[in-house]
Amino acid sequence: MSAAIDSIEHMFDYEGMTPAAATLETANPAADTVRELQARIRSMQATTLDSRALPTHPALAALLPGGALQQGAAYSVERSATLLMALLAGPSAAGSWCGIVGVPEFGIEAASRFGIDLDRLVLVPHPGDQWLAVTAAIADVMGVVVTRPPKRASDSSVARLAARLRQRGSTLIVLGPWPQSEAMLTLSQSDWGGIGEGSGHLTERQVTVTVTNRVTGRPRSARMWLPDRQEHFGAVASAVDERMAERQLRTAV
Amino acid sequence: MSGAIDTIERMFEHGGVTSTAPITRTMVLWAPDWPITAALRTSRVSLSSPIALIDRGMVFACSPAARAEGVKRGLRVREAQARCPELVVLPYDPVVDSRTFDTVVTGIEELMPGVQLIRPGMCAIRVRGPARFYGGEKPAGIALVALLADLGVTGARVGIADGPFTAEQAARSLHSRPGGSPVRIVPQGASAEFLAPLSIALLDQPDLVTLLRRLGVTTLADFAALAADDVRGRFGEGGAHLHALASGLDSRPVIARVPPEELDVAISFEPPLDRVDQVTFGFRSSADRFIQGLVAAQLVCTALRIELDTDAGEFSERSWLHPRSFTAADVVDRVRWQLQGSGVVDAGLSSGITRVRVIPEGVDAIGNHEVGLFGSGHDERIHHGLSRVQSMLGHGAVLTAVVSGGRTLADRQTTVAWGDRALLTRSPQQPWPGQLPPPAPATVFPVPHPVHVLDAAGGAITVDDRGALSSAPAQFSASATGRDMRTITAWAGPWPIDERWWDADTHRRAHRFQVVDAGGTAWLLVLEENLTASGAAHGPGSWWAEARYD
Repeated sequence: MSAAIDSIEHMFDYEGMTPAAATLETANPAADTVRELQARIRSMQATTLDSRALPTHPALAALLPGGALQQGAAYSVERSATLLMALLAGPSAAGSWCGIVGVPEFGIEAASRFGIDLDRLVLVPHPGDQWLAVTAAIADVMGVVVTRPPKRASDSSVARLAARLRQRGSTLIVLGPWPQSEAMLTLSQSDWGGIGEGSGHLTERQVTVTVTNRVTGRPRSARMWLPDRQEHFGAVASAVDERMAERQLRTAV
Repeated sequence: MSGAIDTIERMFEHGGVTSTAPITRTMVLWAPDWPITAALRTSRVSLSSPIALIDRGMVFACSPAARAEGVKRGLRVREAQARCPELVVLPYDPVVDSRTFDTVVTGIEELMPGVQLIRPGMCAIRVRGPARFYGGEKPAGIALVALLADLGVTGARVGIADGPFTAEQAARSLHSRPGGSPVRIVPQGASAEFLAPLSIALLDQPDLVTLLRRLGVTTLADFAALAADDVRGRFGEGGAHLHALASGLDSRPVIARVPPEELDVAISFEPPLDRVDQVTFGFRSSADRFIQGLVAAQLVCTALRIELDTDAGEFSERSWLHPRSFTAADVVDRVRWQLQGSGVVDAGLSSGITRVRVIPEGVDAIGNHEVGLFGSGHDERIHHGLSRVQSMLGHGAVLTAVVSGGRTLADRQTTVAWGDRALLTRSPQQPWPGQLPPPAPATVFPVPHPVHVLDAAGGAITVDDRGALSSAPAQFSASATGRDMRTITAWAGPWPIDERWWDADTHRRAHRFQVVDAGGTAWLLVLEENLTASGAAHGPGSWWAEARYD
């Protein structure tokens, strides 16, 4: 029981959440109960209570906590510019301005082809040491801000930025790890199509997108076209789905 | 009483109020081939060479030398060149026309006030004042031609008649007689006789002219002979106006242009200032004055030019655009950015600044920029936010992007500073054969970095003149040092680029490859060939990573 109390105490300590849950899982038989309680408490104290959802690309929306990108929240994306563009495409198409801070290699042509409106895209490729100030200034006026921290930010400045995001209702997407991110998006098992051993060219790619929720700590993944042959994003129909569709077709005939 | 009835009767006789309105004696100045004169002032071509200005594939204007060879307005470029092989072909720019003529109009205004600009190369002036000053219409006309000769415009002609239309035709009628007097005067009330033999085509309305020709009306006299009421009934107000012109009853008044106000502001520093903050502080009050001057003229500035003079004799000028309109603080910011140059904050200046001058380049009515009762919405907020970032990092640090045309990835994206306008030299609408097939890579390295690609045996890979590979690429390292070799699971290429082979300095021959490594990341690699001065390849070439599909 003392362990359970301990963990609840930990819960209020913002930083230590995930490790606490991880140790509980292995050590304590009551872990499930505790985790459930933990999740309930967190959902009650979550920042997302009064936050509104941003229009999100449907392929990614299902994986994200809350079913969409949330205003005032931070997300982190690991090493994939395409995944970043997939996240930006939804809000940008719906009229949000997007700011990209500290990413000089952001592919503009790809962005416009993947559905990001270049008229509402602003780049600050080299913010230098002032990246946090620039990110905050851009977050003041734009719906979505993307940043890549050149170094670890101090906890106080991260908390200040988080408060600013909540106040302004902007969404932060960080390329790389971020201490207060709502969810972490990673990409694995990428299979390219259309290219062979010295033949063809890259046309489409299937990847597994994994979204790790900060609140529950549980990863959710899905197989996705990123992009498909028409340069769109979309979920890959699973084998079961295909069989269902086939059966429906047969019964219809 | 009977007089009044008389007038009214006369009104109906002539077919309307227009014809009874007072007719102004008008002097029209015509500088023939003005587009050519303007083009000569901006380009380094001599008048003796045959020149043609081209607008949308057709000859718009040509010089006398070209006309002598048979080139005329409306010819296709190819035909004009066939008639005159040494023809110098320049693009027609209406802005240059207007801008160069503006100096002429300003010159005339110093001599005779009240100039109406009809179009570049032609302006109208009321005769009454100058005729009284110079002692007659003819001396006034000659004085005007002499003034133009002083301004460097040769061959100018002046027509003096009742109303601008007749005066213009009088000036044009001098065209065929080079050695004669540059002034032609049509006496008061003789306009109809003067116009009578002229062609109906002079009325600048092709539809009506064609119709009249089909009706058998070929001269202005024929047209003027028609009853005014019939013309009005058949062709409406527009036709009635042309009828009045053809009858020599051009009642259009000369409306003098309002000379543009002097809105630029300059400040001199004595002794010269050599610190950025000193100059910006010193300029602050001038910026306020600049904006106040604009507001007094009920204008806002959307584009301005800043000129800086240094005590070492250097001169720097630059145009700055604003997505909305400049405030005094914005103007000071622009001066500071121009002083700082390439975004280096607090850099010392190489020499002291002696003078700062701000000239408005684009202005707009203040009413169009009035802030609404509840603010001007979203865009203004964004502009303020981005301006703040610009004042932190410099003007060029905040960019917007457009997709442009080109073969290489670097060519296909263009970035411009926030507030500036993109100038696309390569149109994205054109096909650009040789560009990469979709999808476009999401990561495009601003500067390509060197990589290593080896075949299965660890040997270098070359591409021969026929575009064949010496061996298949099998291993790849994304770092310049060649550590961390990964297996290549799939690849495509080589896709050759052979650009600007006619120019030894910019000649580039390279082969592009798409490569997928064992981790599932795809890369766009380029094998650059080392070229000798003669354009032959030597050595194995170097590999670069241009982009990543991640």
